Amino acid sequence: MKGLEELIADASVFAGLDASWLALIAGCAGNEHVRAETLLFQEGQPAERFFLIRHGAIALEVHSPATGSLVIETLGEGEVVGWSWLFKPYRWQFDARAIKPTRLVAFDGACLRAKCDANHELGYQLMHRFASAMLERLQATRLQLLDVYGNARASV
Amino acid sequence: MVPEPFEVVAKRRDTVDTWTLELRSRSGEPLRFAPGQFTMLSAGGAGEVPISISGDPDRPERLVHTVRAVGLATRAICDADPGRVLGVRGPFGTPWPVEDVRGMDVVLAAGGLGLAPLRPALIGLLGRREQYRRLVLMYGGRSPDQLLYPDELEDWAARGLEVLVTVDSAGPEWLGHVGVVTRLVRRAELDWTATASMLCGPEVMMRFMVAALVGQGVPSANIYASMERNMQCGIGHCGHCQLGPTLVCRDGPVYSWSELEQWLAIREL
Repeated sequence: MKGLEELIADASVFAGLDASWLALIAGCAGNEHVRAETLLFQEGQPAERFFLIRHGAIALEVHSPATGSLVIETLGEGEVVGWSWLFKPYRWQFDARAIKPTRLVAFDGACLRAKCDANHELGYQLMHRFASAMLERLQATRLQLLDVYGNARASV
Repeated sequence: MVPEPFEVVAKRRDTVDTWTLELRSRSGEPLRFAPGQFTMLSAGGAGEVPISISGDPDRPERLVHTVRAVGLATRAICDADPGRVLGVRGPFGTPWPVEDVRGMDVVLAAGGLGLAPLRPALIGLLGRREQYRRLVLMYGGRSPDQLLYPDELEDWAARGLEVLVTVDSAGPEWLGHVGVVTRLVRRAELDWTATASMLCGPEVMMRFMVAALVGQGVPSANIYASMERNMQCGIGHCGHCQLGPTLVCRDGPVYSWSELEQWLAIREL
């Protein structure tokens, strides 16, 4: 069975970090298992944690009174769930719900922020990795916004 | 150049605006075709359109087309009920390289209606399943109710195709993936340098898909894409479908990406 440090090191977002930093990060982390339908977090609530998916899948949802819940993205194995713990006002912008039984590594955001404040090199390395993951999501979202399948080119 | 009469013998509604028609030649002659080819299809005086063949190449007695009703000609075709006669010219164009990719992992990536032109290749690959290593379909659609061939996706999965489906948006009842099709690439663990890929969908989707595949290590010479342009004559005479120095109706629609990428970088083309 893999320890927390090993699980964290396996994730692409933490790839290549020094063992000492992995130990620091693991000090803010713990294993969790959630059932299908579990709400990991809800829009507007304090964003105190984030998650690394080991197995399973998490849907990010937005709720509108007119349309109900809409799934805007599904995240799977090896992906990070949640960025709002990084930035003020530390509130979730979306809902996150497990769509199947899911195993996670849960991180205490305040704990990790404090370690980044105390060790700027660790902070830089982490922010660099998180920014890269966020950029990938941003680019995917832009492509999603194009609605490419709905705008058939042909008018014949 | 003269359209042959084909009778609609079966019709199925796939989505709110998309229909699959099965046609039979009035002459009784089967229309033999290679996966990836298209015909020029017409309904009365409503005009003629290029439509990829989506049927089984081993069953040429039935010509199958999946058509989205988006304009005058395609609406007229989709309105054709069994018994109605449509005009067919073809088949035209270059095929998917199903023989060339034997022994490789094969990724078929489709966006929206792009699954229809890939369907004959899929049927062909699954019919000779032992000649290929892993077969993966990455299929992106607008929403769950816009996905083509849902029953067949299950059947293909049972026959050895790894089916990864994603939609742009969905309600909470959808337990599948939500996100762009390019994000499926990271979820598949393949021998990327020995992988071939066949892409069909909106051009912008294919460009991003190629970037994701090449990023994993797939050589661009192993990537093939089916292109859409303003095809009118179907035989390389009228020039309407020019793409760089090629004519899509004659030299395409299936191209190797290493051949295509130089022309797609020029926006005016």
